[in-house]
This record gives sequence, C-alpha cells and structure tokens, in this order.
Amino acid sequence: MSAAHHEEETVTEGPKVLATRGRVRTVQVVRPNPHDTSFLAATATGLGITLKHFARNLFLPLRSAKSRAKAGAPVDESWKNEIETVQYPDEKVTYPERFRGLHRLTLREDGAVRCVACMCCPTVCPAHCITIVPEESNSKSIEKRPAIFEIDELRCVVCGLCVEACPCDAIRMDTGVHAHPVEDRADAIENRESLLGRGVRSIAHQGGEGPDWRATAAEKSPSGDVNR
Amino acid sequence: MPSIWQILDFPAVKWLFLVLALVMPLASLLTWAERRQSAMMQDRLGPNRANIGPIKLKGILHFVADALKMIFKEDFIPANVHKGLFALAPVLALAPVLIAFAIIPFGPTIYPHHALTVLHPGELAIDPNAPAFADAIRLQIFSVDYGLIFYFAVLTLANYGGTIAGWASYNKWALLGGLRSSSQMMSYEVAMGLSLMGAFLVTGTLEPGAIVEHGASASLPAANPFNWLWLWQPVGLVLFFTAAIAETKRAPFDIPEGEPEIIGYFVEYSGIRWGMFFLAEFIEIVFISAVIASVFFGGWQVPFLDADGFRISSLGWALYLPHIVVVLLQFGAFGLKVVLLCMFQLLIRWTLPRFRADQLMNLGWKLLLPLSLANIMVTALIKLIFMGS
Repeated sequence: MSAAHHEEETVTEGPKVLATRGRVRTVQVVRPNPHDTSFLAATATGLGITLKHFARNLFLPLRSAKSRAKAGAPVDESWKNEIETVQYPDEKVTYPERFRGLHRLTLREDGAVRCVACMCCPTVCPAHCITIVPEESNSKSIEKRPAIFEIDELRCVVCGLCVEACPCDAIRMDTGVHAHPVEDRADAIENRESLLGRGVRSIAHQGGEGPDWRATAAEKSPSGDVNR
Repeated sequence: MPSIWQILDFPAVKWLFLVLALVMPLASLLTWAERRQSAMMQDRLGPNRANIGPIKLKGILHFVADALKMIFKEDFIPANVHKGLFALAPVLALAPVLIAFAIIPFGPTIYPHHALTVLHPGELAIDPNAPAFADAIRLQIFSVDYGLIFYFAVLTLANYGGTIAGWASYNKWALLGGLRSSSQMMSYEVAMGLSLMGAFLVTGTLEPGAIVEHGASASLPAANPFNWLWLWQPVGLVLFFTAAIAETKRAPFDIPEGEPEIIGYFVEYSGIRWGMFFLAEFIEIVFISAVIASVFFGGWQVPFLDADGFRISSLGWALYLPHIVVVLLQFGAFGLKVVLLCMFQLLIRWTLPRFRADQLMNLGWKLLLPLSLANIMVTALIKLIFMGS
C-alpha cells in the first residue's frame, strides 16, 4: 500500500471522491437539502421549548425564597416555576458554615485581646496584608500583645491561612460578613479596635490549663460549646 | 368652525392619538417586555425592580428609566463624522415607520351620534347620509387603494437610515454594517412584496382596511375567523412573517446589527440618537404585527361580532350590543392581536441563533423567493379554476 493511497483513506470529511485520474479527481458534492436549509422543523421545535419555559415561568408562582436561596436545596415543589434568581437585597443566600468573611480578633475571659503577637499570621499571609506591632503585655503568664493589629482588606485574598496558622484561636474569619464598600482606600484597613469590635470571647485552651482543659471549659461556657 | 368630531377625524389628530399616544408607548413597553420575556424563557426573572416610590408594577417602569437615561446621556459625536448625515440617519430610520402606520386600520368606523344605540348593518346600507351617521370617524389615518404598496415604499426608506448611519460614522465597521443592512433589505424586500401578492389575489384589494372589512370571501361574514386570510394564505403568512422579521433586522436576521459581537451600523451612536434607532426597531415590530394582524388575522374583527353584536347564524343565536361597546371590543381585539404577535416575534428572537450571511442569502433567494412565486401561481390557478375569474 502506497503512502498516498493511505492518506486518501484517512480522509473522512469533504466531498466523496468518485474517480481519480492523474491529478484530476471527480468528486460528488453533497448539497444540503431544502428541508434542512429552511430550518422549519428545527424552528418549530425550538419555539416549543422556549414557549414551554416562558408559559411555565409566567403563570406558575415562584418557588419559596428558602428553596431558592440555598444552594443545592432539593426542588420539591413541582407545581412551581423554574426561576432560580435570588432577589439579592431582599433575599440572601445562606452561606455555608465555613464561609470566610471579614476577620475578627477574639477576646479572653477577662476581655483582653487573645492575640499574643506571635507573628505567625503576617508570616504565613501570602498577600502581606497583616501588620502587627507587638508590645509588652502586663499579664505575667503572657509575654506579648499587639499594640497595632491592622489588616488591609483590599490586599487580603481571603485564603484563611492566618486562621489556620494562629496557635491560640485569636484571629477568625467566621463573621459571615463581606468586606464593606469604602470610598477611601484607607477606610478598608481594619485596625485592632474594629477587629476586636466584632470579637467574641474564646474559651479555647491556651497554655497552662492542663490536659483536662476541655472539661473545665465546658463548665465555664454557658452553652457548653468548648470552641467558643 | 368644525365640530369636535370633525377635528377628531383630521389625519394629523388621528396620527397624534393613534401613533404617538398608542404605538409609541407600546413600542417603549416592548423594550421592557423583551427583556422580561427573554428572561422568563431562560428561567430568569428579568428587570423587575424599577419603581417610583412604592409603585413597582412588576418593573414596567424600566422603560421610563431607560428613556430618561438615553435622553440625559452625553450626545457624543466622534471626530470626522459627516455631521449633517450623522444627525439625519436616526431620523431617517425612525420617521418612515411612524409614517407607514397611516395605512393601518386600528378599528372600525365610529359613528359618534349612534354610540349608545344598536347599529344594524342594514340601516347603513339604506341611508348612509342619515344624520345618525354624520361625523363618522374612520380609525385609519390614510385610506387609499394602494395601501400596502405605500407601506413597502415608505419602509424601504427606513433602510437608508441604517446605510447612511454606517457611511456617516467614519468607521469602517459601521460602514460594513450599513452595507450588510442594505444587502439584507434588498434580498428580503422582494420576497416580502411577493409573499403578499397571494393575499391581494384572494381579496382583490391592496387596502388593509378593505381586507379587514370584507375578509377573503364575500359568502362568509367578515367576522368569521375562517374568512380571515391565515386559512386562505398559510404559505403567504409564513413567508411574509419570515421576510418581515428580516426587515426588522432582529435575530435570527440581525447580521446588520449583531449587538453582542459583530459591530453594526450604529456603533458610533450614543444617547438619544442611538435610542431613536432602537425605538425605530421596536416600532417596526409593532408595525409588522399590525400588518400581519390586519391582513392575515382579521384586523379589528372579533370572531362572530358584527356591527350590531355577536351573532352565530348557524345556531340562530344573537346578542345585540350598543355601537360604542362593539367599537371598544373591536379596538381592543386589534390591540390584543398586535400584542400577541409582538410577543411571538420576541419569542422567535430569543429562540433562534443568528443566521450566517450565506445562510441568510440562501434562505432569501433560494427558498423564500421561489416559494412566494409558487404561492402566487398556485393561488392564481385555484382562483381561476374554482372562482372562475
């Protein structure tokens, strides 16, 4: 089998070759038939589909806001329309529990900042958006605390590595709040006070409380939730 | 001193009431309806939030917001454009559509002195000059024998709007868009005119008002739906509808404009000048619907509603209504038909993808044109054989 012959056989598209004489090839050209080029049947099918959707969405009521606003909610109301749109300012999508929102700094039992200015979070931060200036702590068991704790929310990539890196549950991203729109870049920088303003008391174990900290923490916590 | 009825019968006054006060708002509403309908066809909500205080009306007020936005936007004129033609083009696109509405019969003739009494058709035949029939108001601005020819002639001028806009913009993409526009119009106007020839053969008239008043056959009452031309000219209806959509330059025939991707002839226009092109397109949709309703779907006729009330002669049943009620019903029926046909055009526009330029030409010249010629031949033959003349 010659190479040229082989090539001809692999051609599957294009006009069918009826005869080859030297360099002249007689081909059969297939023209589309008028049934296909008039697009009539296809048009009718398409109009049927769009009309069905239109009529259904026009006449049937919206599904309940709850089943629309939650991603992956089962569609159990069959006699409703198919519109999924969440009307944002009026309805809001329920975020997943681990949604990473605006940062906050947690507090100790006595209301002091939990952060010990260990510099783990600014070190791990890929966007270099955390600035900490430590100062001497007046507590005997804790060496340092942040004098300045700033997060530039414009630079933050919301990766959550700072939360992972924190050894003492001082920084969290569980507020469920988006970064606020600002008119000035400077306003996007969260400082220690604003971060603490969203803060909650954390009763997580931190140094010197012994291996049975979980039991004592559960006793202290009104809800019995040891992670709060 | 003409009476109030005579003033109402002046063409300019009728144009003011019927076109400016009815058609323009309907066309503006279509800009909202199109977005809302397309959204619902795609399982979305569409624009539903525009409001004046608590008045929301499902977002209908979006068209007011759009109009305000377009009026107050900067009227930007690029450097090197031909200023005169640049300003003229939107007017050339908009004006012919508004003029063409003159031939549309919006409703029956109103006899104001007969408004509250039942108008028997026989009465009119006996003495049309009786005082009760004085001051008649014809709900058609321009009633002439060459009605539909007038429409073809005037609407062809609208095409100059696009072509001149493309040329005056000093932009090669706009120029190419203008050329595409004129080539498309040229291809489809032939088929459009010929596809209505069958209707002319059946009814023997070019005047839409007369087509509506008499229907296809003299043996049936004009209000009988089987006397309307959709049954007598089904091929003509499909052909005319197709060619007419091509004439409005909307998808699937939107290669002159190609809003999202290929750049059209009004690429250099902004603000209200662009708005005029936009509005002209939507008024054209209303106009096409009005023509199709008048020629093929009995215009203002309500099924089985004669001038004196509902009547089904085969059942011997009749319900007599005062003249004013009949007029309102018929006027409303025309409006309903036009709105439904507009919605059908929107449905087509949001269902079909755009034709390629060669598919467009193939469809126009190789399918629509021969079919419309065949339609004329077959109609003429049938008429010759079965009706004898």
